[in-house]
Amino acid sequence: MCQRCCPQRGPPGRQLPRGLPTLGSPSPSCSTTSISRVNSPHHFLLLCVRAAAHDKVPASGDGARNALIVVTVATQQPREWAQARFTTPWDAAHTLSAPKMSSEKIASLEFSHEGIKGFHLSHKVTSVVPESALLIVLGLVLGGIVWAADHIASFTLTPTVFFFYLLPPIVLDAGYFMPNRLFFGNLGTILLYAVVGTVWNAATTGLSLYGVFLSGLMGDLKVGLLDFLLFGSLIAAVDPVAVLAVFEEVHVNEVLFIIVFGESLLNDAVTVVLYNVFESFVTLGGDKVTGVDCVKGIVSFFVVSLGGTLVGVVFAFLLSLVTRFTKHVRIIEPGFVFVISYLSYLTSEMLSLSAILAITFCGICCQKYVKANISEQSATTVRYTMKMLASGAETIIFMFLGISAVNPRIWKWNTAFVLLTLVFISVYRAIGVVLQTWVLNRYRMVQLEIIDQVVMSYGGLRGAVAFALVVLLDEQKVKERNLFVSTTIIVVFFTVVFQGLTIKPLVQWLKVKRSQHREPKLNEKLHGRAFDHILSAIEDISGQIGHNYLRDKWSNFDRKFLSKILMRRSAQKSRDRILNVFHELNLKDAISYVAEGERRGSLAFIRSPSTDNMVNVDFSTPRPSTVEASVSYLLRENVSAVCLDMQSLEQRRRSIRDTEDMATHHTLQQYLYKPRQEYKHLYSRHELTPNEDEKQDKEIFHRTMRKRLESFKSAKLGINQNKKAAKLYKRERAQKRRNSSIPNGKLPMESPVHNFTIKEKDLELSDPEEAPDYGAEMGGGIEFLANVTQDTTATDSPSGIDNPVFSPDEDLSTLSRVPPWLSPGETVVPSQRARVQIPCSPGNFHRLAPFRLSSKSVDSFLQADAPEEQPRTTLPESTHM
Amino acid sequence: MCHPPPAVREDESVGWSWGGQELGPDECMNGLDLVSHSQITRLYSRFTSLDKGENGTLSREDFQRIPELAINPLGDRIINAFFPEGEDQVNFRGFMRTLAHFRPIEDNEKSKDVNGPEPLNSRSNKLHFAFRLYDLDKDDKISRDELLQVLRMMVGVNISDEQLGSIADRTIQEADQDGDSAISFTEFVKVLEKVDVEQKMSIRFLH
Repeated sequence: MCQRCCPQRGPPGRQLPRGLPTLGSPSPSCSTTSISRVNSPHHFLLLCVRAAAHDKVPASGDGARNALIVVTVATQQPREWAQARFTTPWDAAHTLSAPKMSSEKIASLEFSHEGIKGFHLSHKVTSVVPESALLIVLGLVLGGIVWAADHIASFTLTPTVFFFYLLPPIVLDAGYFMPNRLFFGNLGTILLYAVVGTVWNAATTGLSLYGVFLSGLMGDLKVGLLDFLLFGSLIAAVDPVAVLAVFEEVHVNEVLFIIVFGESLLNDAVTVVLYNVFESFVTLGGDKVTGVDCVKGIVSFFVVSLGGTLVGVVFAFLLSLVTRFTKHVRIIEPGFVFVISYLSYLTSEMLSLSAILAITFCGICCQKYVKANISEQSATTVRYTMKMLASGAETIIFMFLGISAVNPRIWKWNTAFVLLTLVFISVYRAIGVVLQTWVLNRYRMVQLEIIDQVVMSYGGLRGAVAFALVVLLDEQKVKERNLFVSTTIIVVFFTVVFQGLTIKPLVQWLKVKRSQHREPKLNEKLHGRAFDHILSAIEDISGQIGHNYLRDKWSNFDRKFLSKILMRRSAQKSRDRILNVFHELNLKDAISYVAEGERRGSLAFIRSPSTDNMVNVDFSTPRPSTVEASVSYLLRENVSAVCLDMQSLEQRRRSIRDTEDMATHHTLQQYLYKPRQEYKHLYSRHELTPNEDEKQDKEIFHRTMRKRLESFKSAKLGINQNKKAAKLYKRERAQKRRNSSIPNGKLPMESPVHNFTIKEKDLELSDPEEAPDYGAEMGGGIEFLANVTQDTTATDSPSGIDNPVFSPDEDLSTLSRVPPWLSPGETVVPSQRARVQIPCSPGNFHRLAPFRLSSKSVDSFLQADAPEEQPRTTLPESTHM
Repeated sequence: MCHPPPAVREDESVGWSWGGQELGPDECMNGLDLVSHSQITRLYSRFTSLDKGENGTLSREDFQRIPELAINPLGDRIINAFFPEGEDQVNFRGFMRTLAHFRPIEDNEKSKDVNGPEPLNSRSNKLHFAFRLYDLDKDDKISRDELLQVLRMMVGVNISDEQLGSIADRTIQEADQDGDSAISFTEFVKVLEKVDVEQKMSIRFLH
């Protein structure tokens, strides 16, 4: 899938450098792999996701259309199925006409995709206008066309569809990818805004409108105070969908984002309660409402919100527990994630609790354990599917908002009412934010500045939740329902389109502290963790119980109990963050290394050092018998380590800016993808067997990764390793340890690992020479690989490099490893700088050699003919063995 | 960059008080100046509750009795940070001075007198506090061994020595600028320049 959609990544104006064979001309394997991958529905889905999931990535037209059709199909079927089954408090009172899914509709979606494709490709448009606004406009156009055709509003956004099919994926996505620490760190602030802020908005808007109504400015309306309050309550809530859609493109700093976003998620409980309470009051009739009812309303708020949260947590627990035991049924893991999360939504909906809270907290609570438990593929599947569903649902929601607006029957215009509503919601939002921030700033460590407050006030977007709620109103009870509906539509359009359009310039103008997408350095992680420890210790000493204290308590509890119950044993071991970062850093090195080779322009680079490396590592060790040099072993070993890379890639994708990085990314992704394919021998039931060529290609790429990983050996223990690989891995570690216990008297240079690095380096330098005939050599390399498997048992000499197949043709010059352009006097010593910098004893040196040297190899590579090259005498004669 | 705190003045005339006495409004010393009255009262009661010997000073044992510190990986290092060189008792003033490192930086402090003595809660002092936790031999450098020790404290038992060693190496390599295979305080500050130390190393004491 990478090959198909990646070349189209990035803004169209961005040209890739010509010297990159991978991008310019797809490798032979490219077409075959993509075809064979498409054969499996799973991958087809992923392919679509890749095309559509990233809003900012201009996807290919095909991909986007496919993805949306998938979404359409996916949402279409359960809709009918659920129509009969689920009756909820919300739709119980209302009979809702089922939207008739017709070919017409699909056609219309099809049509709209042309539009989507259009502005996906036109990056200029999306950089100015948020997609949500564009989608609404598109929806309006479509609705106009449909209306012109048969003068009936054929499809509108019905509350059932919205609440049962479109909203859950978006909210689940938000919860599952929620930055937990940030969220809980700001939970107090978020809750205040969500609860007090929403109540404030609802009350003031409703009351003010009522006041104006009493003054007679609105003319004659059949409404009472309760109707206004009802309207106020449904228009008060900031909408998670709209906020996400706009704020994701704006990139404000993370605290601001989490506050606005968290508020929009958590205010659901308030909205639901207020809405239900006022609706029942309206039903009762204004004069029959007693104090008891009001108390009941307040109590119901706690029941609804806490109950919803509880349901979410319970289901998260269940989900984590289930994924702990899916080791042998990996294929259904992603299904569990979606089904159980959705169940939490339905359950709380059934119990009249806050469904949004339930699914949000389900996602928030389960993410840690689920991510640790499920296999890497499942995690990827979950990730992509979730993103796909969410962005698909979001697209549909905004389109439908546009389409639904084109229906003359719902329009009832009252200029004063509409304008005043707009004014009131903006003004009271601003006032509310300022007041609450004033209170909060007395307690917050990170003060919310004026600019933040402006953005928060301005970011109070209303969206589809308000619309769906207002459509739910019963015209029998609320006489002015149509006025409310049309006003809501205006409000939604105004906030999404106008504020969405202007918030970006506003943010830029106000110079909000933008969020920085930066990968944390190792130091930052390490010392940051130390700071955490220090801080909580100081709190303990000073007797404070802050959230740091709570965080400590929680993580203790988590470590002692929760993780033990909810996580696989293998996953429990490997959850150290520092190691994660460390691994990522190593991969960064690998990336630049590979990119360097790529720039050198040959696949031979990939082949030779890797095979060289393998031979070297595997045969030059003192005890060849303990080394699993077979290809399959290498592959398997690779799998576990390579899997980790996808995540770092994910992160990196965001930060990648220039073309070189993009090329790096692409290159790496190619390399990384192959081993993942190789993984299929574990799941042979569900995967196609790759054809021979493909396999060979993969094996070659495996060497590349293998080489890096061999040297990095950061040895993140057993994430998703199958037992065998883990065992092999342990054996190798043991063997490594034996190596490292070589007596200190020996020169470090004689350590096998060291040799390997040097050779690696030499080979790199000789690469350009081999470039022209790399095709042939590739074949040779493959042959060699085959031979290696056979030779493994036979070879016991440490100099496995003698294998003739390894250096095919007359390429003995490579064997001697002296780059021709280097004078004999100055030989490449890649590790020279590294060696100078290594402070410790030779004993330590052995242990550390892999990391240090390999991380240096890039440098030395770049400085191939720098003066600091050392005379040859420093090289032991064994270098060229 | 290191501003060692002024020597402890043992007399009671500095203006801020034990317990009930009023805090002088013009009190401007050691960054303790903005510690409010209620804060001091609060911390003093904490101090006395920790002081099992009831002699107005805390010993190491007093600190070690705090149960949470026993499970804090850096707990003992932090306890040591409370004690001046060569002493094993700390009075309330010293107690407060250490804690003052963690007071958040107020807006009005940022601009104010640049020339005066740097308050204890400045960014640099916060960082230096952390730095000293690493720097055991007080040579203003975090050597590999020192880093390794802290690392060993902070990671679980599942990491092998070689892994840890290479992490330490990577860390030093990343921060090291002058090639001495150790992290000096300058380098420490430099490598953490993007970290919001002011926030990460601040506790909102009671107001």
